[in-house]
Amino acid sequence: MSVLTHTKLRILLFEGEGSLPLQNRSAILRALLEKGYNVSRVTTGSSPNPEAIQGPILVLGAFKDAPPSESTDDSGKINVYFRDIQGKNGDAIIDLVEGTRDGAAIPKPGGWKPWFPVIDYDRCTDCMQCLSFCLFDVYGVDDKGSIVVQNQDNCKTDCPACSRVCPDVAIMFPKYRHGPMNGAEVKPEDVQREAMKIDISALLGGDIYSALRNRSAKARSRFSKERDDERALKERKKCLNKLKDTLDIPMEVLGALPSLDQIKQRAEEAKLRAEKAIQEQNKDS
Amino acid sequence: MSESPTIIYCHCAYARVIPAEVKNDVLDTLSESNQAFEAVSDLCEMSARKDPRLKELAAHPQLRIAACYPRAVKWLFASGDADLAEDAKVINMREDSAENICQALLEAE
Ligand code: SF4
Ligand code: SF4
Repeated sequence: MSVLTHTKLRILLFEGEGSLPLQNRSAILRALLEKGYNVSRVTTGSSPNPEAIQGPILVLGAFKDAPPSESTDDSGKINVYFRDIQGKNGDAIIDLVEGTRDGAAIPKPGGWKPWFPVIDYDRCTDCMQCLSFCLFDVYGVDDKGSIVVQNQDNCKTDCPACSRVCPDVAIMFPKYRHGPMNGAEVKPEDVQREAMKIDISALLGGDIYSALRNRSAKARSRFSKERDDERALKERKKCLNKLKDTLDIPMEVLGALPSLDQIKQRAEEAKLRAEKAIQEQNKDS
Repeated sequence: MSESPTIIYCHCAYARVIPAEVKNDVLDTLSESNQAFEAVSDLCEMSARKDPRLKELAAHPQLRIAACYPRAVKWLFASGDADLAEDAKVINMREDSAENICQALLEAE
């Protein structure tokens, strides 16, 4: 099952009526959050929304009277679990939570660094550059012909390359180091700077993939004559380093690119999809 | 549904983009207060999953969200099919001090 579709266990850290205050709640919260759990802290006087009480939920607290360990919904399915954590430290609580989650056959949270493009639709002009650039099917088009991010988990971790081809600086990677791609406000000079990056990639030969293709093809023909593997490797490294520095693409991503024929085929498919989307837009306008 | 502000704290668990001491100080202060709050492991992940909980949270009036840049958070909610209301306030843990963040989260209206 995709990490993006599985059910997640939600946790209530309960300090309301019938329970004692927790001494180490900050440490407990931190331990749970680090493991990928979402936690609602419930205090006296606060009550979780009725619509939020939909299983599976695990209620943790220092209960004055031992609660039932489970409660069921109308269909008899267990939807709320109760566990007493009185006197337990962070590690022991994590064990208790993981045991309950395993017992309920709920998948473990985490396991994927959420790295993917987020579009600022206040800036996006639906030009489809990103769609034609990405080789990994991250982008798509919705039924109104607008660009959407459709396969977030296809995105290559730590690679922000597509944001560099967006002429409107509309693509964000919230976990990126630098602005404006991390979501910081876009200044006029950012638009100019980002445009310059596109020019650099244009200098390299259109886009980075065709650049990679051309440089490697050139290198191949030259080196097949010279039979100089070492120089071929050096040339490839030089080309990859240039792309890495220009677009901040991690070396692992460049190293994991598909074969040149596959790149060519995917780039053509992506370009066709973008052209089709633009034709649809023109038809509608 | 309660009419008092709802606080969301994002722990940004899968990256180190928020200074650790800011994250920890904010979580400590929230925990020491008597305030109910929602602590989420990673809003980005919830957005990518289109987690239904995101929609429930976005429906709360007067949201106060401690996460990262407001522009990123706004469009992360939107891409999770959970548009934020106009009155939602996003407080940026990448840039602000823990003291200012806690004040903005906990101040009475
Ligand atoms: S490249 Fe930028 S402006 Fe063009 S469709 Fe993609 S996000 Fe929108
Ligand atoms: S919303 Fe911002 S703070 Fe939260 S997980 Fe994403 S990048 Fe981190």
